[in-house]
Amino acid sequence: MKSQIELVCICCPMGCQMQLHVEGRAISEIEGNTCKIGLNYARQECIDPRRMLSTTVACKNGLWPRLPVKTAEAIPKAMMGEIARSLHFLAVTAPVEIGAVIVENICGTSINVVATRSMPKVKLEADNN
Amino acid sequence: MTVLQAHYDVVIVGGGPAGLAAAVGARDSGCGRILIVDREKEMGGILNQCIHSGFGLHNFKEELTGPEYADRFIRRVRSEPGIDILSESFILDISPDLRVTLMGSSIGLVEIRAGAVVLAMGARERARGAIRTPGYRPAGVMTAGLAQRMVNMEGLLPGKRIAILGSGDIGLIMARRLTLEGCEVTGVYEIMPYCNGLTRNVVQCLKDFDIPLHLSTTMAFIHGRDRVQKVTLAPVADDCQPQLAKAWDVDCDTILMSIGLIPENELSRQLRLQMDPITGGPRVSSTLETSLPGVFACGNVLHIHDLVDYVTEESMRAGAFAGELAQGRRRPQDNIELQAGDNVRYCVPHTLSPDREISVYLRCIRPQRDCILRLGNFLEKPLRLVIPSEMIHLTIKPEILQRFYGTTLRIDIVPREDA
Repeated sequence: MKSQIELVCICCPMGCQMQLHVEGRAISEIEGNTCKIGLNYARQECIDPRRMLSTTVACKNGLWPRLPVKTAEAIPKAMMGEIARSLHFLAVTAPVEIGAVIVENICGTSINVVATRSMPKVKLEADNN
Repeated sequence: MTVLQAHYDVVIVGGGPAGLAAAVGARDSGCGRILIVDREKEMGGILNQCIHSGFGLHNFKEELTGPEYADRFIRRVRSEPGIDILSESFILDISPDLRVTLMGSSIGLVEIRAGAVVLAMGARERARGAIRTPGYRPAGVMTAGLAQRMVNMEGLLPGKRIAILGSGDIGLIMARRLTLEGCEVTGVYEIMPYCNGLTRNVVQCLKDFDIPLHLSTTMAFIHGRDRVQKVTLAPVADDCQPQLAKAWDVDCDTILMSIGLIPENELSRQLRLQMDPITGGPRVSSTLETSLPGVFACGNVLHIHDLVDYVTEESMRAGAFAGELAQGRRRPQDNIELQAGDNVRYCVPHTLSPDREISVYLRCIRPQRDCILRLGNFLEKPLRLVIPSEMIHLTIKPEILQRFYGTTLRIDIVPREDA
């Protein structure tokens, strides 16, 4: 089965409009790119689109109530919503060091979620009573 | 309790990306006593709320989030013995002989002497008042950056159903961020016929989540007495006026504005620095020194940058020049005026000197394909595409300026003749 996919290249400000001609699961032709970077982007985007996911988790006793986190590697684009939702009700306790693993193997991707900043502890447990 | 010295070689106003890089630059130039002052409770500035990735591609050759980028500089600055960091404090006044008046909860009111001062106050967002949107004044209308701070740092959601006015990058980033947090984003509405944000953000923040981008569209009325209830949107004609006959309503409880940044120059104006009305920042020489000798400026307070990597590069130079001056090393005065010509909105610095390599940042007025960036008759650089949202960087080698005997050089962006 032949089909055509429209893509905008995001690798540089040119923003080339590309057309991918797909036969079955194979790319037969890529048009519209003006450099090689665009070709690679189009292939990756067509076969296995991935994104970095950044979000926050609740943080107890920290300088701020939210700790920013990210996936250590790009995750499949289709899983962004699921992974973000799975972190909605997670809470960690300060202090946290930058790079610390917050969740291992998030949603079975074998990719970890890591802290993107250090969060110093400021509030004592007793202060919350 | 912070113990301040009576004299610093370099005092830096602001501990965001510009201030931190200026401290590193000043330290590298050999200064032993440097003070960074910031009004927030920690250093890093706006980077701390920019939790998305895409920072540092130029400087570190990797894609970092905002807090990670800030962390690298905060660590570097903390590890240097000669750099003092003062938070939750601000600078009230700077005298022409560089006596700096500071106030803060840990220091009270203090006056210190400085060998040089670097202004690195950053920018503030344009708010609703700047574009005079008609309608009521309910709760729920705020800038995109404020919503970003609420969501990413303070753990507060600004609302549930969100309309975004203006297609600046912060607005696009917040469209994705709020969607991931479970809000519904009705769309992004941009008055211009083109998007103001990066293509990358249109694809990854809007298209990935099926959020519509309405170009040539503006908000004609904000409804709701206590809280935003709905917004009237209208397409605009060529004169940017809303065509009310074609208007439609969208229910929402929150309106985010992403309509540009203004350099935060209250202190600069207080110092009566010569300002550039186009950039909104001070006029600076090739050493990034303002019209008041010993006062330097860098980062978004000087002109609005689109990448933090450029802020870092510029600020390290500003810090180094400030450090040199504080140690008594003077450079020759600039003798060439740099002027913005065809399709150039502005260029920074405003004057040049032939005694060293010079970095010039500029922006175009309108998009142009296959063009040449021309500096007088001395330098030509072919460019495939220029757009107003992408800053252009030009390096001028000293040899080029040594052959020039005039007083004014023009930068033009002209069509390529063979194209």
